[in-house]
Amino acid sequence: MSTFVWLTIMTALRVLRRNRLRAGLTMLGIIIGVGAVIAMVSIGEGAKLAVQKQIASMGANGILIWPNYSMIGGVRGGQGAVVTLTVADAIDLKKKIPLLAEAGWSRSGTMQVMSGGRNWSTTVIGASPSVLTIRAWAYSSGGPFTQTDMDTAARVALIGQTVVDNLFDPGEEPVGAIIRLKNVPIRVIGVLSPKGQSPSGSDQDDVVMIPFSTAERKVLGTSFLGSVGGVFASTDRAEDVFDAVDQIREVLRSRHRIQGDRPDDFIIRTQIDVAKVQEGTSETLTGMLLAIASVSLLVGGIGIMNILLVSVTERTREIGIRMAVGAKRLHIMMQFLIEAMTLSMVGGGIGVLFGVTAARLTSIIAGWPIVIEGETILTAFGFSLVVGLFFGLYPANKAARLNPIEALRYE
Amino acid sequence: MSPLIVCEDLWKVYRVGDVEVQALRGLSVTINKGEFVAIMGTSGSGKSTLMNILGCLDQPSKGRYQLGGVEVKGLQPDQLAEIRNRQIGFVFQSFNLIPRTSALENAQLPLMYRGLPLKEQRAVASAALERVGLKGREHHTPTQLSGGQQQRVAIARALVTSPSLLLADEPTGNLDTRSSLEIMEILEGLNRDGITVILVTHEVDIAAHAAREIVIKDGQVLSDRPIHHRVHS
Repeated sequence: MSTFVWLTIMTALRVLRRNRLRAGLTMLGIIIGVGAVIAMVSIGEGAKLAVQKQIASMGANGILIWPNYSMIGGVRGGQGAVVTLTVADAIDLKKKIPLLAEAGWSRSGTMQVMSGGRNWSTTVIGASPSVLTIRAWAYSSGGPFTQTDMDTAARVALIGQTVVDNLFDPGEEPVGAIIRLKNVPIRVIGVLSPKGQSPSGSDQDDVVMIPFSTAERKVLGTSFLGSVGGVFASTDRAEDVFDAVDQIREVLRSRHRIQGDRPDDFIIRTQIDVAKVQEGTSETLTGMLLAIASVSLLVGGIGIMNILLVSVTERTREIGIRMAVGAKRLHIMMQFLIEAMTLSMVGGGIGVLFGVTAARLTSIIAGWPIVIEGETILTAFGFSLVVGLFFGLYPANKAARLNPIEALRYE
Repeated sequence: MSPLIVCEDLWKVYRVGDVEVQALRGLSVTINKGEFVAIMGTSGSGKSTLMNILGCLDQPSKGRYQLGGVEVKGLQPDQLAEIRNRQIGFVFQSFNLIPRTSALENAQLPLMYRGLPLKEQRAVASAALERVGLKGREHHTPTQLSGGQQQRVAIARALVTSPSLLLADEPTGNLDTRSSLEIMEILEGLNRDGITVILVTHEVDIAAHAAREIVIKDGQVLSDRPIHHRVHS
């Protein structure tokens, strides 16, 4: 049987070579289908990976709390318009909720930062040291500020890579340098490792971080001592995040004296929420494109079926000869199935090349991350094989059921 | 001599639209191993139908057909294919070679369906081509061969399985006189080697190569007689 299969594959390839244009046109559907699947899945997986990286960069178990608008006598201020979250809230949360591993707070503002003759507009974040832990910042050089820096409102800063690029010459060591914020000289003690874009698209590396106390007293100023722009918390285990969120809500409502069904004056977001939205978007996109690819494969399959039906008719006499010399139905069937599968496999192979190239080009031109997995390629290739098999069955069966006498007489 | 073919009261009836055609009407014939038989008859006499049944390409509507002691009637298509592959070699008027395929591969075909290893297929097919005088032309395709040569490839293809029965349906119908003679000489040689040959023809001088002449008319045997004046004896 294996000799038969081998010889039949050779015959099928010869038939394809002889009808190159016809075979090419027939394979087009499969090529486009497989190519599209591979390109789309690669881009989709790339997007997913990027999201996962971002989640990791934000600290996977992180919980963010922002002040919400508050309503005073029917007048609704914008988000954060009124002081609703304070340092005391954050400290109390940590004290009352054992699930929380850390709780930190921060305030930020946009400001001009200067070094030597250069200046750059950036986000200045005043943060408690615990924020550095929660957001899992790493340092490409230097290190974090400490509780002592916080207590003494030390003039020290951690700067992001984007700020480094804009204030310093390439190769110049930023650690130890003095930068100025609102004419306050501040010493750089660390450079934050690049994190790239946040899920919302902002540059997480365009940042200057200073102790919260320094920001409050010397740099950003405040109209209400102890008010914060956001509270960050984290749990040790990811599965505790949602319980922690419930407890935070309870504690804050009680602290803020919000009763009954009146709305919260704060917003709680987890990294998991953010990630889910992102992943959902990319999954919807991938799903849609896969649907298009399936349609293309389907059309390709119909093309193969069509050309095989033509082939069976053209070669009726040949089928008769083969039957006369002893080919069984299975032999005839396999011959046409192998031909169908050869068509779809060659198409699938070209489609793989096409898809990988398309994904690479997308990554180069659009700068999107891509992930090309062997599994994707195998699946797409396997799919084209199944399409060939499925759409080859009808013509193959038709050929196998020919009456040998009529087939031999066919002109 | 033991009989290879035993036909008893063979009927073949088929419908063309509303008309019932009786191609064979109770035909009986016995052919022994090693015979060289010419079957003659006008078109419409039923000789083609008989050939198809003898060649296990078709089944009789009624009656018995035994080939080598095995009852053929009632066998499934795949069982018939097996018998064709093991016991019968076909030679057709229009050669019926597979186009764009070399002489060697054409001759290999029955062995491929028998599932022999490729090397053995090649060896046996080459030997068969040599026997019909086509050594050196193994890799020619049908279009590169003359009619006589194509028919010799077809004979080689019929030979590779060492069949007990060779069915030649108007084998010289498309050939010139010289090629016809060559083909008939090959068939005679094969018959001398012990293969039973059944030849269907309407040409008297081609039939004269056989040792027995059966004339069919209206689906029945009209005459069945030995031929004594063999051309090459």
